[in-house]
Amino acid sequence: MIPDPIDIALSAIKIALVFFVILTLAAYLVFAERRLLAWIQDRKGPNRVGPFGLLQPLADLIKMLTKEDFKPAGADKWLFYLAPAMAAIPAIMTFAVIPFGAPIPLLGRQVAMQVVDLNVGLLLFIAFSAIAVYGVALGGWASNSKYALLGSIRGLAQLISYEISMGLALVPVVILSRSFTLSEIVNAQEGCWFIVYQPLAFIIFLISIIAECKRVPFDLPEAEGELVAGFHTEYSGMRFGLFFVGEYINIIVLGGLATTFFLGGWHGPLLPPVIWFSIKTLAFAVLFIWIRGTLPRLRYDQLMHFGWKFLTPLALLNILATGWWMVLRG
Amino acid sequence: MSILHDIQAILGGMWITWKHIFRRPETISYPEEKRVPSPRFRARIVLTRDPDGDERCVACYLCSAACPVDCISMQSAERENGRRYAAWFRINFSRCIFCGLCAEACPTLAIQMTPGYEICNRDIMNLVYEKEDLLIDGCGKDNSYNFYNHAGIGVTQPRGAGAEELPPVDVRGLMP
Repeated sequence: MIPDPIDIALSAIKIALVFFVILTLAAYLVFAERRLLAWIQDRKGPNRVGPFGLLQPLADLIKMLTKEDFKPAGADKWLFYLAPAMAAIPAIMTFAVIPFGAPIPLLGRQVAMQVVDLNVGLLLFIAFSAIAVYGVALGGWASNSKYALLGSIRGLAQLISYEISMGLALVPVVILSRSFTLSEIVNAQEGCWFIVYQPLAFIIFLISIIAECKRVPFDLPEAEGELVAGFHTEYSGMRFGLFFVGEYINIIVLGGLATTFFLGGWHGPLLPPVIWFSIKTLAFAVLFIWIRGTLPRLRYDQLMHFGWKFLTPLALLNILATGWWMVLRG
Repeated sequence: MSILHDIQAILGGMWITWKHIFRRPETISYPEEKRVPSPRFRARIVLTRDPDGDERCVACYLCSAACPVDCISMQSAERENGRRYAAWFRINFSRCIFCGLCAEACPTLAIQMTPGYEICNRDIMNLVYEKEDLLIDGCGKDNSYNFYNHAGIGVTQPRGAGAEELPPVDVRGLMP
């Protein structure tokens, strides 16, 4: 079967659009975070570059690009250069399966507002979030630095632990929607969002994705008080920028996934679907920033204790309860 | 229950940070808005003048001696009437730590601290202030004090004509 050139063109346009929007949004999320954190701390934040400081991401980009690209002596060259990409690319790839709007009729066909609608979309997300661990692990290991290595060891253990509770929190969603396809999951929430049926799974998922994108209070891989900057200590210039932007892409993507799984995706009254999706996703981003401005970092044993002895059993119990409920309902 | 207490603590913290988002920032956007320091703020040092307009400094070197970083230097000189003054007077503000000990040491209130804090400069040599840069046309903090009205014997007034002085006693007339 030869694909239709129009289909190929539409896919290319969607990919380009997603890339552009996500990267711009990630850059502005950095700015938004700095402003919001500043307000929380009764400061003003960056307001010098452009009106209200809106050109700050651009200034940051120029700064990053013109800085020295430093490689420490004894670092594993190829892994060191590869690791930032390993952190950023899986994050943005995951967005391929997220439906960000209702399908629209265009050129005589129904165009899904989604780059690909895989029948294993949910599994793809879990797989890619597992691959993103390699960016942390290899970045820290290839740096030939004790702080980076300690950070990446922490990151590895943390990401693997919280991936389990994250995956388990999604099982009830799959049970309810009877599908791994993200568009099906969204369609199943047309009447009622899954957060109503599954508040516990939502909270477990929320905590797990905060841990998954390594943010306060789970920022142990880059705990600046103890490990300088953790796994990306030795990175400078745009390589550090990639790690950094990857983290913010991760926030957007995980926020989008939380929206898709629990908040009904693009469903919502009055406003167009894309707007609803954006509002919900950015609400998650603001929540993450807000949490960062509030909570202190966990101790490492507390982190592990919380993940393994609390969240994972809770998620398992939740799956059991959901299963019983489904059986009782018939 | 411990877990309810934990949730309550987290939500309480979140509520406090949420309130702070809408609070007016404490930041002062410096070049646009400038804070007015208190009158006793210790910044740029000046040399002041007497109420009658003559310079107060008598080049006694006490400020120079009190200065912990040795940033004050001068050369004393004397006029024909015996009044002392500084031939040159130099403060190196790149070394000054604005401790105010010079102003405390000064017996004539000549050297004083002012709230003018905007003296930073890109060229370090511009921070070496000479006497003409330091001397101002005014009394500074004390508008009435004139050292020579209280001391300065035989310089501005004859012996015994000062503010707290009595005329010299004729020792031969002090017979019991």
